[in-house]
Amino acid sequence: MKNPLYYKSKKILVNTLIHIFLISVAITCLYPLLWMVSSSLKTQDMIFKDISLIPHQFRLENYVLAWKEGGFGRNFFNSIIYTVSVVFGIVIISSMAAYAFSRLRFVGSKFLFVMFMAAMMIPIPGSFVALYVLLNKLHLRNTPIGYILCMINVGLSTSIFLLKTFFDKMPKELEDAARIDGCSKVGIWWHVALPLAKPVLAVVIVFNALAVWNEYILALIIFDDRSFMPLQVALQSFQGEFVTNYPLLMAGLTITALPIILVYLLMQKYIIKGVTAGAVVG
Amino acid sequence: MRIKDTLENYVFVLPAVAIFSIFYIIPFIWVFQLGLFEWDGISFTKVFVGLGNFKEIFTQDVNWWHSMWNAGYITLIALTLQNILAFMLAWACDREIKLKNFYRVIFFIPPVLSEVVVGMAWRFIINDIDGANIINRALIGMGFPGLAHNWLSDPQTALTVVAVVHCWKGFGWGFLIFLAGLQTIPRELYEAARVDGASSWQSFRKITLPLMIPVMVLVAILTVLGTMQVFVLIVSLVGGEFAGHTSVPVLRILASMRGSSRFGYACAQGITFGLVLIVISFIQYRFSKKGQ
Amino acid sequence: MWCKKALAAVLVLFSVLGCAAQKTDSKPTISVWHWMTDRDPAFQELAKKYEALTGVKVNFELYAPSDAYSQKIRAAAQGTNLPDVFGILGEKRDFASFIKAGHILDLTSYMEANDSAWKNSFFPKALAVNEFAPQNSYGINPGIYAVPIDIMTIQMVYNKKLFAQLGLNPNHPPKTLQEFLDTGAKIKAAGMQGLVSGWGEVWMIDCLANNFAFNIMGKDKVLATIKGEVPYTDPDWIRVLTIFKEMKESGVLAQGLVTMINKSAEQLFANDKAVYAFNGSWCVNVYKGMNPSLEYSAMLPPAASDKYPIAIWGGAGSSFMVNARSKNKEEAVKFLVWLTGQDQQAYLAAATNNLPANRNSLSKIPEVLAQFARGMDYATHPNVWGVSEFSLVIEAWDRGIQSIIIGEKTPEQVAEEVQKIKERELAKKRAQ
Repeated sequence: MKNPLYYKSKKILVNTLIHIFLISVAITCLYPLLWMVSSSLKTQDMIFKDISLIPHQFRLENYVLAWKEGGFGRNFFNSIIYTVSVVFGIVIISSMAAYAFSRLRFVGSKFLFVMFMAAMMIPIPGSFVALYVLLNKLHLRNTPIGYILCMINVGLSTSIFLLKTFFDKMPKELEDAARIDGCSKVGIWWHVALPLAKPVLAVVIVFNALAVWNEYILALIIFDDRSFMPLQVALQSFQGEFVTNYPLLMAGLTITALPIILVYLLMQKYIIKGVTAGAVVG
Repeated sequence: MRIKDTLENYVFVLPAVAIFSIFYIIPFIWVFQLGLFEWDGISFTKVFVGLGNFKEIFTQDVNWWHSMWNAGYITLIALTLQNILAFMLAWACDREIKLKNFYRVIFFIPPVLSEVVVGMAWRFIINDIDGANIINRALIGMGFPGLAHNWLSDPQTALTVVAVVHCWKGFGWGFLIFLAGLQTIPRELYEAARVDGASSWQSFRKITLPLMIPVMVLVAILTVLGTMQVFVLIVSLVGGEFAGHTSVPVLRILASMRGSSRFGYACAQGITFGLVLIVISFIQYRFSKKGQ
Repeated sequence: MWCKKALAAVLVLFSVLGCAAQKTDSKPTISVWHWMTDRDPAFQELAKKYEALTGVKVNFELYAPSDAYSQKIRAAAQGTNLPDVFGILGEKRDFASFIKAGHILDLTSYMEANDSAWKNSFFPKALAVNEFAPQNSYGINPGIYAVPIDIMTIQMVYNKKLFAQLGLNPNHPPKTLQEFLDTGAKIKAAGMQGLVSGWGEVWMIDCLANNFAFNIMGKDKVLATIKGEVPYTDPDWIRVLTIFKEMKESGVLAQGLVTMINKSAEQLFANDKAVYAFNGSWCVNVYKGMNPSLEYSAMLPPAASDKYPIAIWGGAGSSFMVNARSKNKEEAVKFLVWLTGQDQQAYLAAATNNLPANRNSLSKIPEVLAQFARGMDYATHPNVWGVSEFSLVIEAWDRGIQSIIIGEKTPEQVAEEVQKIKERELAKKRAQ
């Protein structure tokens, strides 16, 4: 037997190595973030001259300017509305479908599920024009509801996939008990299945919130009215065809990154359990 | 009663199927039809060419298959490097280690950052004219001045650098999923193994790895889907296809659509691309079923 | 039940959002779609002036970035939802398709009214880009179909400070290719960077290569090549490709040029880190923002031969089209006449540092910009040639030059590859 000191020093050594590894990766992750924030506090002519991460003077007014010039107020509100409605829609619709695919027996269930999975794989190029023509015929072009429905569709397949895997693994006993108590199918889904699925729902929320929050091309194409545009469209105007206003762009990017980081922070403790539950299924 | 029961089942999938049929199937059919036409994306008239576009893709379009090859190469690096990195970081953070929560948040920064920032920041790290040139300086410092060069404009290294940056941007998702997977492994299993005298390497091999296989399959499928469609990062790192060395399928599709105004051909390319992805995912799925 | 409440809440939300839009006014309102982020504030200002003057409201709607804008225009064209005035991005071929589909109003009669007063106010070359000549290869009725609102030329600029440091005369930039190549050795010896440009985004390579082609073989031979009468394996074309090899070998090109994005090229040049840049006239505004004290001057690309004059790309930078289906056609044309008037053009030029399309508005512009304007004498543009090269050929050509610069292929190899694709495309066209 080796002495305890050997084990102790070995453990310290291993831990130090692990920390060096973790910290070096963490630095590469932090660097672009700090660079973005520091650039957002500089002036246009200093941004590439003064490459230090700590600006000589902090131009906080860049944030005010970005907010005003980008017309962020209205767009920020729109983005929140779109993100909340799309994520809400996806959570409800995909969890209903996933629950049905997992629990309920009906003709064509397997076919429908495979269809959703195939859709996850095939990206439609030029689907923007197709969606435009379609929304135009449905009289949903240039309306928030048209945009929200399109975005719900984008996130649907992946969310159903994640949720179904989770429902498959969930114990059925609780549901049986609820059924004996006279609960309807909808009641079981709402009162039993969804609460148990909270962790995986958190994953679905973060995945989809990030996707909707960052989307701008579809919005730009189907909305004519500026008052409907989401935040990312406003951000694009700092990145001009020829002149890019880097400090304002970086300030705008920082502002837009904050809410999504907040969502992640709120959801991450659920995710830690959630992805697992969805993932550790054979 | 029975009929009502069955109808009730369909009510659950109805909203999903309705939205899906309207906003996916209809555009998809439209795109599929267009793949059979020569169309510039503007005119109200189209010329029917049958399978001509597909024939051109399979017999003449060398650049297209080269771009597929490039995307495959990036995907291969992502499957190995990105996922190994993600797994190692998750494994390290799974242990009872200080600053666990700090790392957990930090490692999720790259997926949240915009591609514009990522491209600019990394060009700054790599580039040797205007940038910090950190990598080359480190190489010279370590005594390899011969290796120091412009990594992004060397055809030998450009695609690999792009792949590495892509891995860096994407490992956060894998990290999260792996960490979650690792945390569900009951601690008692490790305790028991230690009592039985297993080394930490043995318990890693005998307990951690087998239990993590399903998670790895999930991450692998998501990695393939995400990586095959990369393109924004490439544009922000090297400006475009760089004499074909960094061309990928999505860039080719965009080139057909915008550059040459061949909308029908772009649709045919998109469908070919989707079919290849389905085949790959199917093989992966089969492979994982066999592996278990 | 919960779900009814939720649905109701969502529906209420939508209807609130939906109602915020669309107010109709009795006076005509002209809507204009554009992608020019840097010009938007000036446009808004001019729109206000116009409303005060005439009572006609003009809505400038900015949709950026230009890639997404271009998709939006195409989508809107499919749904015939185009606004009264818009710009299209793309090649002449796309312009022709929009006209054929009936989206664009023929402006010839307006241009030629009152002894062609409107027409004559423009630089002829700015107008040429928007013109279809009789018997053009696109099958469009001859006429003028768009209004140029500014012009641009693509030339070279050099850094005067660095020129002095290199022992070169800051007032005499190299005129011939040999002089230009000779500065390469000095640049290399001084450890500086030579030419920067956005050659990662290939079209700027194409542009410079065409400049040399015009210089070496003249316009007629270039057009004959596009028509398929002269092969790309002709010695003159190989000479064009060889110039890129020579530039690379002389050290006059900056490192990493082949994967450079134009915006980083601009950063480098603006911060005195590169001796030359190949850039468009918009750069004046960009450099001013990044480094107001930059000492630089414009120059023509160096001549490789004295047989033919050097040509640069130039013409309309951006143009506006009038929607042929619009109810407000007449009002829209009136507004464009006003927008391209002398004072408005002078205001746009001063506010955005772009070159005005109205040739009477050139008076008050900075010296460097005036140099770019003088370049108009040498300007040509693929859109005025009346024929266009297959996009696959252009792509192979541009990629080929990238390959030559990184030493992967020889000029002869590239010429052969390009010619092969050219022949394939010609055969395909004949078969149709």
